[in-house]
Amino acid sequence: MEKLIILPFSIGFIYLLGILGFRFVKWISGLSRLDKLRLIHSLKTRRFFDSLQEVFMEGLLHRKIFLKNPVLGYMHMSLAFGWFLLIVVGHFEVMVSRQSLIAPIYLPVFFRYFETGHSFPLAGIFSFLMDLLLLFVLSGVALAMLKRFKKQLFGMKKTTRLKTGDRIALLSLWMIFPLRLLAEGMSAGLYGNGSFLTSTLGHIFGNLNSETANLSLWTAYSCSLGFFFAALPNSRYMHIPTEILLIFVRNAGVKLKKRNNTYTNIQVFSCSRCGLCLDNCQLSAAGINNTQSVYILKNIRNHNLSDEQLFNCLLCGKCEVDCPVGINTIDLRITQRIESTRQYNSSYEYLEDGPAPKADTVYFAGCMTHLTPGIIASMKKLFQLAGENVWFMDEEKAPCCGRPLMLAGQYEAASKLIANNTRKIIGSGAKRLVVSCPICYKVFKEDYELANVEVVFHAEYILNLIRQQIITLKKGADRIIYHDPCELGRGMGMFEPPREVLRATGKVISIKNEKQMAHCCGGSLGNLKISQPERSLLRNQAVEDYLQYRPDVLATACPMCKKTFSRHPGLKVQDISETVVQALQSKVQPKAVIKKAKSNVLEAELI
Amino acid sequence: MNDLSFLKPASRQIDFDNFDDRLLLYVLQYEPSFFTCISCGGCTATCSAGNLTNFNVRKIGLWLRRGETEKLSEEIQKCMFCGKCTLVCPRDINIRNVILLIKKRIAMLKNENSPA
Ligand code: SF4
Ligand code: SF4
Ligand code: SF4
Repeated sequence: MEKLIILPFSIGFIYLLGILGFRFVKWISGLSRLDKLRLIHSLKTRRFFDSLQEVFMEGLLHRKIFLKNPVLGYMHMSLAFGWFLLIVVGHFEVMVSRQSLIAPIYLPVFFRYFETGHSFPLAGIFSFLMDLLLLFVLSGVALAMLKRFKKQLFGMKKTTRLKTGDRIALLSLWMIFPLRLLAEGMSAGLYGNGSFLTSTLGHIFGNLNSETANLSLWTAYSCSLGFFFAALPNSRYMHIPTEILLIFVRNAGVKLKKRNNTYTNIQVFSCSRCGLCLDNCQLSAAGINNTQSVYILKNIRNHNLSDEQLFNCLLCGKCEVDCPVGINTIDLRITQRIESTRQYNSSYEYLEDGPAPKADTVYFAGCMTHLTPGIIASMKKLFQLAGENVWFMDEEKAPCCGRPLMLAGQYEAASKLIANNTRKIIGSGAKRLVVSCPICYKVFKEDYELANVEVVFHAEYILNLIRQQIITLKKGADRIIYHDPCELGRGMGMFEPPREVLRATGKVISIKNEKQMAHCCGGSLGNLKISQPERSLLRNQAVEDYLQYRPDVLATACPMCKKTFSRHPGLKVQDISETVVQALQSKVQPKAVIKKAKSNVLEAELI
Repeated sequence: MNDLSFLKPASRQIDFDNFDDRLLLYVLQYEPSFFTCISCGGCTATCSAGNLTNFNVRKIGLWLRRGETEKLSEEIQKCMFCGKCTLVCPRDINIRNVILLIKKRIAMLKNENSPA
């Protein structure tokens, strides 16, 4: 009869194990053959230990959350690590008391109910430890409750909304440890098997202590555990077991390859809905509050993702930097866009292969740069000074680089433009391709196969000119803020070259929101839904931040950012190429005359 | 034989009692900014696809209003999604989204019409 109290716990636990087993097998078998091999292989190498370490550091200690927000980190750590230790120490206690290495799973859970004697070796130390750990976990539960009602205390602006499944799981999780405290307290009062915490509680209960009350408390505790386990697979707490799988799969090198597969599910279920991705997402400045990564992940999981949400994101990548679980939010979203637009990719049959003039260097300005003629003029000037034999590939006409299509999910269509541009670039026999737009830079670097042609971003190109003293610049006293374009900074990891270029022309001031934490200008081509007035709100938010530092110039390395910021009245905005040309020492002689005439003729043929 | 069909052009009359507004309504529902288009042609002047072909974004808007779904479904394929049109539009219309919506809706209509 007494053993009945373990029933709710056991049923919940077995159900949970069944579902987990089923899902994990389904997910792993859904990976491609190659990915499966990768996974198996990684288990035999050092990566296995790396993964174990990561599970410990992130899954239990929650190091990344700690670094971002210590209180939140402590909350996660006390719950996860505290509970883990309770289980481990509890098992040791049972092993010692029973003098055996094997004990039924349920015994450590209900130990104080069954073990009324309290006369095995080290019993005092164990009960002290267990009380201490219980206190540790309880402090986490208390913080979790506080966070639900007073999130500001945690420095969080927003917290996620809950569904019914989550509510049940949340409530039962909150109940587990307080009920355990009450039950163990009462048992301590009755049998004297507690330590500083539970014994004190037993004393406080005084005359209330009775076998019936004891039994009901333990039953309630068992029920809350059972409910939690049963609700877990359909709640956000599914992230706890899934995150472990994610770490192993990710460390094996598995990636999404422009199609959904079960790696999508693994990532989606690993999201703890901690909401850290909401904090720095700029969309909220425009009142857009239902399209951030956490909601997209939730919608994918619930099969109700709408295009309006999917395409309303700047793809700025801030949330990916912030996500403590390391979910590839950008990859995941682009993959959903690919799936959503698969049916209507264009074939661009009108593209023609024209003759490509021979040149050492090809310059591809890109659609956006054509809207900022200042950048083109500056680049031409620099090429001229360097005596570069350059072919300005899209001066008259050329297809787009393909990146805007990719941002909209149309990879197949983009591949047509890529093929056409590739043939021309290789046909020119050039050694390098210079681009002045990060949007183009990313796609040329990542998706083009250009054989021996080196893709160079204009910041690197200019830096090289400065270092080789092909151009000399006059350093002025201007205070310059450099705005990291999303595609270049977070997108390609290029932070320093543009800054170094600028340091040759003025004083570059460092600010709080830069590099990985840089703002998006709001102009992003990644967002297809946001309206212009909303874009202005995002831009203004960034500008306000920059103005605090009283810059003379806001420099950037992207025509799109430049165009977006230039619409703001109170700011002088320049591309780094323009800043450089402005700072040129006038006496430099052009080394050679640009071989423009020849390419002009050939371009005329193209028209 | 010389092609003299231009002497007898097809009727360009639009029957407003009988026109296909499925595309237009869909676009307006999700991108209401299209309401304010003044057909200025700024988009067409800057268009990257228009630079390579005879593609004309302004005409896309016109055909959309006239319910010329057939013509649209061909023509719309030419856009390269570069976004220049959206940046130059003086009425701040999110043209890139208009194009995306047209493509999406046409794909939906095709699915509806094709026997499953
Ligand atoms: S996506 Fe990452 S940061 Fe956002 S809620 Fe999920 S786990 Fe947290
Ligand atoms: S990519 Fe940027 S805009 Fe999109 S959800 Fe993440 S933070 Fe927000
Ligand atoms: S997005 Fe399409 S319609 Fe607009 S300018 Fe580019 S190619 Fe032309």
